[in-house]
Amino acid sequence: MYGLGLFKGLSITLKNLILVNRTNTIQYPDKKASILDLAKNEKKNLILYIIKNPLNTVKSFLGLISITQHAPQHPRFRGEEFSWYEERCTGCASCAKYCPLGIIKIVTDQTGKNYQEGQSYDIETFDIDIGRCMFCGLCVEACPYDALHMGSGFEESQYQRDNLVINVEKLKKTEKKPSHWFRPQLASKKDYSPFDDEVKWDSVGRHQKPTQKDLKNKWIRSDIE
Amino acid sequence: MSVNNELVTVNFGPQHPSMHGVFRMRVTLDGETIVDIEPVFGYLHRGTEKLTEERTYVQIVTLTDRLDYVASMSNNLAYVSAVEKLCSIEVPKRAKYIRVIVAELQRIASHLMATGFLLQDLGTFGTPLMYCFREREKILDLFEILCGARITLSYMRPGGIFQDTPNEFWSELETFMDNIPGQINELESLITGNEIVLSRTRNIGVLSPEDVINGSLSGPMLRASRVKWDLRKANAYEIYDELDFEIPIGATGDTFDRYLVRVKEMKESIKIINQCAKLIKPGPVRNEDVPLVIRAPENEAYAAVEGPKGELGFYLVSDGGISPYRCKIRAPSFMNLTLLKEMAIGGKIGDLIVNFGSIDIVLGEVDR
Amino acid sequence: MSFNQLYIFVGDLLPFLPDQIVFIFSGLSMAITICTFILGIGAIYTWFERRVLAKFQSRVGPNRWGPFGLLQPIADAIKLILKEDIIPRAADKSVFIVAPIIFLATTLLVYSFIPIGDDSQLGGLNVALLFVLGITSINALTVFMAGWASKNKYAILGSIRAVAMLISYEVPMAVSLMGVVMLSESLSLVDIVNSQSSMPFILIQPLGALTFLIAAIAEMSRAPFDMVEAESELIGGYQTEYAGMKFAVFQLSEFLTPIFTAAFFTVLFLGGDSGFSFIPGIIWFASKTFLVTSILLWFRATWPRLRIDQIMGFAWKVLMPAAILNTLLVGLEIVFLNENYLFQILINSIVVCIFIYLIANILGQKKLILRNPVPSELANMDAN
Ligand code: SF4
Ligand code: SF4
Repeated sequence: MYGLGLFKGLSITLKNLILVNRTNTIQYPDKKASILDLAKNEKKNLILYIIKNPLNTVKSFLGLISITQHAPQHPRFRGEEFSWYEERCTGCASCAKYCPLGIIKIVTDQTGKNYQEGQSYDIETFDIDIGRCMFCGLCVEACPYDALHMGSGFEESQYQRDNLVINVEKLKKTEKKPSHWFRPQLASKKDYSPFDDEVKWDSVGRHQKPTQKDLKNKWIRSDIE
Repeated sequence: MSVNNELVTVNFGPQHPSMHGVFRMRVTLDGETIVDIEPVFGYLHRGTEKLTEERTYVQIVTLTDRLDYVASMSNNLAYVSAVEKLCSIEVPKRAKYIRVIVAELQRIASHLMATGFLLQDLGTFGTPLMYCFREREKILDLFEILCGARITLSYMRPGGIFQDTPNEFWSELETFMDNIPGQINELESLITGNEIVLSRTRNIGVLSPEDVINGSLSGPMLRASRVKWDLRKANAYEIYDELDFEIPIGATGDTFDRYLVRVKEMKESIKIINQCAKLIKPGPVRNEDVPLVIRAPENEAYAAVEGPKGELGFYLVSDGGISPYRCKIRAPSFMNLTLLKEMAIGGKIGDLIVNFGSIDIVLGEVDR
Repeated sequence: MSFNQLYIFVGDLLPFLPDQIVFIFSGLSMAITICTFILGIGAIYTWFERRVLAKFQSRVGPNRWGPFGLLQPIADAIKLILKEDIIPRAADKSVFIVAPIIFLATTLLVYSFIPIGDDSQLGGLNVALLFVLGITSINALTVFMAGWASKNKYAILGSIRAVAMLISYEVPMAVSLMGVVMLSESLSLVDIVNSQSSMPFILIQPLGALTFLIAAIAEMSRAPFDMVEAESELIGGYQTEYAGMKFAVFQLSEFLTPIFTAAFFTVLFLGGDSGFSFIPGIIWFASKTFLVTSILLWFRATWPRLRIDQIMGFAWKVLMPAAILNTLLVGLEIVFLNENYLFQILINSIVVCIFIYLIANILGQKKLILRNPVPSELANMDAN
């Protein structure tokens, strides 16, 4: 009958009003805690909690208590806290060449090092301009020595554009929590989570040193006929 | 007594709530009736085609993310197909299946967004839009599991996909696939039978089969006008020839049919994903012979896929270097926009907005 | 406390004052109290509407400021007051400034006619119904003033739409009230409420109630008739150029109109504050009004907007015949059935069903039937 569609629509919206679990909003960075949340946090019965903490009950009713909430991230998240291992980096600058935007700047010091016997260059400058980075992760994909990894952080806003440039000091200082992005060896590691655990330089790579075969596969072949 | 009519010219856009970005129309009105419209675009021109000429073939994948930013997966797929054709690269079977799965997920996401915004243009207070976004959000979550990003995905590489799926992806996909048909049905019962929607969209902006073929439209716009043409069947790329699905078409080619075709396509996509999830077998996902810096032979290639908005094609010309000599993008949004004038003239302002919404354009792709 | 009590109280307290000053003073203080009360209700209603609309759309809605976000209207008001008050250079300044004030004034004025409890101020006026209808139609003028003075094409389009629509819907609205007036034999709102003590009018004349409700929704230009500020078409309609406090005034009046419409509907068709059992009348009145506002909100959350020609056609082709039919029916029933309410209810419900069915068919249900798609011959990939 004519007009039935209108009422069908009304019933759908009503259904969505009543079914509270349809809402999947995540309130970031924090959320006003209801009594239910508080009781659940302490793993207590709701009534027991209200009797024991009358003050908190009133406070949460007035909206004075907030609990922090984070957006769920997945281990492959491509965030801006790059994890860079000084010990692994050879200064080959593959990452810099491979970045589509050319925002990685590497200057190496060749004096005093016998790099031909497997020693790496001394890295003087390693700047990543996060302000222009688009987190494509191609630099990570390009690094043949597993020295550069994506991180999971994303709360790095700054007041000055200059502060957005990550330099060697910052890279050395940041906590090394590499993401799973393009690092299957980390993904296969049991109970490693990029959000909590740190990884040492010697256990982050696929191998201690790249073999000739690896290098060949990645770099030497230039055409594919 | 004679009434002296004076035409009014109004600028719709570039800053307007329903211009889907920064599109601009110079509309000449006679009261509420549209006499003439003149589309103006280019506000989002970033020179993507020129930029490709100084990027290596893999780096361009990141540029394609930003063309149609609500359907990055399809863009990636179209581009890497072109590169694979150019350099005749083999793609492993498993990678093909995964590509089809993500492309169809992306189609659902994009169609959900198109439907939501069409209803927003019709004047609902955001309710269907929010329902659509709620479901789209789950698809973006799946993408985040796959590749760590939600919009600008850069998921595919010439010769496969960048990395195999993590284990939790398949269980998440299953819960999503259990859930989504119900949600789409609910959306349909909210919209399809609604008399106000019907009276606003039936017989509005009708395009005949001749019109759409002459205008070289593609995608749901084409199929709504009774033309049964879909690259997934006509040119079965990837593994679409092994899959069983229908090509839905519309009855009259009006705005309502364009909406209905999208909803039906979402249901077909669900079918496709379910089949793929059954058929997929373990194996390599990336052709290991493809280096990071590809040096393509002197050649040219055109590859197109059926994106959510229509035929999305990349035409690459190589001079033997590490980046293409020329790249031409056939953007479906841009082509579909060409018939806006035919659809809108003679209608009311409300019809103009609804017609425009039913085309489903993304300005990133129109202006490139 | 009523006006009379206040008048006597002030007179006793300050006996040296002349009578006129006491009169004016008590009248003013009464008016200010009522206005503040209504504006407060309007502020809470903005919170309610946003919150419930969010729940309909499975969002969260305002919840940061105060318990459940209840202080949100205050935050909004502060923000809007602090905003720069922009007047376009090409605008007609005085009209531009005056329009929102008149809009708010008329919106507040009509509230004083609503009879709540036994002590209502102006509801007992013998032409109250006509007065309310007259004042609400001033809104059309203010909207046009605002649109014209803004010197903006969107604003002018919006205000032209407003005038066309408001004038059209005024007619069926007024005609649909004829039934109410005939049944209660009075134009005074208090009498109308009193004559519904045995049976609310919505049962006796459902067609009239339906017509009135639809016309009233159109009159305050809410979804699905929100042609006037049609966001996706005209940006903000007549409000496009308004900012800061003037915009806030418009918004507030806009949020006050649905409450008034609901209250008016309650008075006319739901029996006002009359109810059964010991619950006081004011609670009955508030809950009925609340129910009607919620239903209006529900419509707003669900339905899309109609097109301008469809809206005008609906007024003249559907609502007008419905209103006339209702008047005719009620008139005949008063003459022939003479207070046999049950029989009237039966007849009227049957008539409503027949009417809706007929209108549905005349309006062209056939046009909306979906046909089966046939592939075109021009390019069919199955063919080859
Ligand atoms: S993530 Fe992409 S844009 Fe950012 S530094 Fe690495 S390669 Fe460059
Ligand atoms: S590619 Fe890796 S090893 Fe080479 S410079 Fe970059 S981070 Fe260091």
